[in-house]
Amino acid sequence: MSTTAPAKGQGGGSAPPRKAISYREALTQAMREEMERDERVFVMGEDVGRFEGAFKVTRGLLREFGERRVVDTPISEAGFVGIGIGAAMSGLRPIVELMTVNFSIVAMDQIVNNASKVRYMFGGQVACPVVLRMPGGAGHQLAAQHSHSLDAWYAHVPGLKVAAPATPYDAKGLLKTAIRDDDPVVFLESEGLYAKKGPVGGPDDLVPFGRAAVRRSGRDCTVIAHSRMVWVALAAADALAREGVECEVIDPRTFRPLDLETLAGSVRRTSRAVIVDEGWPECGIAANLATHLYEACFDWLDAPIARVTSADVPMPYAKNLEQAALPAPADVAAAVRRVIGRRPGGAA
Amino acid sequence: MSSGTAPRIATSPSPRPEPDEMRAMFSSMWLIRRFEERAAEEYMRGRIGGFLHLAIGEEAAVVGAISALRPTDPITSTYREHGHALARGSDPGRVMAELFGRSTGICGGRGGSMHLMDAERHFYGGYGIVGGSVPLGVGLAFASSYRGDGAVSLTMFGDGAANQGVLAESLNMAELWRLPVIFLLLNNQYGMGTSVERHSADEDLYKRAEGYGMPARKVDGMDVLAVRAAVAEAARMAREEGQPSMIELLAYRYRGHSMSDPDTVRAADEKERWQARDPIVMFERVLLGEGVMTGEEIAAERARIEAVVEDAAAFAEQSPEVPVQELARDVYANPWSDDPRGSAIMPPGPAAPAGGGA
Ligand SMILES: Cc1ncc(C[n+]2csc(CCOP(=O)(O)OP(=O)(O)O)c2C)c(N)n1
Ligand SMILES: [Mg+2]
Repeated sequence: MSTTAPAKGQGGGSAPPRKAISYREALTQAMREEMERDERVFVMGEDVGRFEGAFKVTRGLLREFGERRVVDTPISEAGFVGIGIGAAMSGLRPIVELMTVNFSIVAMDQIVNNASKVRYMFGGQVACPVVLRMPGGAGHQLAAQHSHSLDAWYAHVPGLKVAAPATPYDAKGLLKTAIRDDDPVVFLESEGLYAKKGPVGGPDDLVPFGRAAVRRSGRDCTVIAHSRMVWVALAAADALAREGVECEVIDPRTFRPLDLETLAGSVRRTSRAVIVDEGWPECGIAANLATHLYEACFDWLDAPIARVTSADVPMPYAKNLEQAALPAPADVAAAVRRVIGRRPGGAA
Repeated sequence: MSSGTAPRIATSPSPRPEPDEMRAMFSSMWLIRRFEERAAEEYMRGRIGGFLHLAIGEEAAVVGAISALRPTDPITSTYREHGHALARGSDPGRVMAELFGRSTGICGGRGGSMHLMDAERHFYGGYGIVGGSVPLGVGLAFASSYRGDGAVSLTMFGDGAANQGVLAESLNMAELWRLPVIFLLLNNQYGMGTSVERHSADEDLYKRAEGYGMPARKVDGMDVLAVRAAVAEAARMAREEGQPSMIELLAYRYRGHSMSDPDTVRAADEKERWQARDPIVMFERVLLGEGVMTGEEIAAERARIEAVVEDAAAFAEQSPEVPVQELARDVYANPWSDDPRGSAIMPPGPAAPAGGGA
């Protein structure tokens, strides 16, 4: 199976293939369509208007929707994220752009203490339908303070939903679902994927939360990866296929809710699993998924689950160090060979 | 005032430092200008990665402030901080090597352009999270006051950073506890693509300090002598009276926010208006007019600095890469794991003594 084929479970059906657009444009399209559809939806964040976003994801929106619905904020993350949450409690549907995940740390109090809790703490009296968009990840030599993958931090918090698209199709479909969702959604974009091109769905093609995508089928080993790591895993799977090893690459797409059934179903078939995550190893996404899989598939496993993560260090600036710190296809391939008990290029 | 116009700040002629110091200030400003221009070239050539934020146009602010301090007064700044290191006397070769991500870099290639530090010279670092370094500067002042060592901390941040809540918290505690700190707000009129009048309800940013009972003023940040005089007075107040203060410097960055900003938001005539008051050209006029330097001396100094910058780039280029085995060095003072990728796991060792209780 080719790595660029649309994944199973991605709408479209018999509809004619649409032209490929970038992950960035897919996000813009989702916002534009939802803003047209629902007057309560507005966009807010640093430089999202006139500057059209640090990564140009809000390109054209100010021109189209005006300053009432595309709001440039000062550099006050705690303040404007809280304002987004308050507006959501009042019934609006804010899309708050954090320029990057790294700056969401400044707003962590609002996200964790308020957004995730107001429905529960107040006995279900209010909703908080805010979408917090934030690009993250490393790979551009942005060093320790600008290279975070904090997916695990957000996935830790009950009350939040957490989505992390890997393809333009999912970027659009998941963002539309997030905007229409009645709960706060942390929407994790990848800086490294903004230019990635692919087909997208139409105005009504939503990608549901809690449904993993099988990016490639295979019988020898399950490889679980999300966001940019999907592409790293697929590259490894291509290399392994040349050695006769067939990986099944699965993208959970959302962590809250988590489609454990699809992940566990695959692991029960292959009896082996490698989990790839750009975050840190301790208490990370990979650690969490491994625990779920041990609980769900212990009797089916033929080898310990392997994790491939970033190194357990703050991200260094120097290019060679940064590359060494990040999971690469070769690391994934090595982990797969390890769990299936093969030497590189050799037999079992 | 609106962001387009040049600053109109009533200034009485600033006191003149000793001629030697004036010459040193000129060298420092010119070194920053040429270093930054060279860094931009090296970035275009792909030898510098990540984000590169240049301080071209802001030389008077950096040099005026730092030259007014003692070498032991701690400084903190932002990601636009190459000039701070250079003005403090850090080796330009090691600063350039850091930008190149080489092992001889001032932070061993770990930090890069946004995270320079020279602790030996009391330059306590450039930080990437807007506003995040301000309380560190207050903390350095807290430590000076605690030890009674007489040092004054200077923390430099931008107009955009003025809107972070942490600034309000920092101002309050600095004044409440009478800490020897100078809040140096470099108002270059923009936070990325957003101009001051679009991000701040009151464009007189210095007034925020007054809300905490702290003395504050606005100064022409293109006039190196005015900056130096204002910071010298702030340092005196902090040192002698434990009085913190804020200075807002009005200045302008000539380039886009970083090398990846095509700089399309700012009007060309606005840039021209500011460049007409170039801080180096204005200072040269003073030096020539007051006989501190001759034209030939200025030319000779420029040529000398040209060679310094050339040597810095050559040094950086010839420096070795950072050994990959050092990936996990300096995560902890006393690392417990020798895993080259770092690890939370404590290796097996002698059993720990039993705790109390049972
Ligand atoms: C908390 C945080 N939010 C956003 C950013 C992205 N960012 C980097 S610099 C910058 C503009 C800062 O403007 P200002 O404080 O005026 O400093 P200048 O760049 O003009 O020197 C922004 C928004 C960041 N680094 N940190
Ligand atoms: Mg600024």
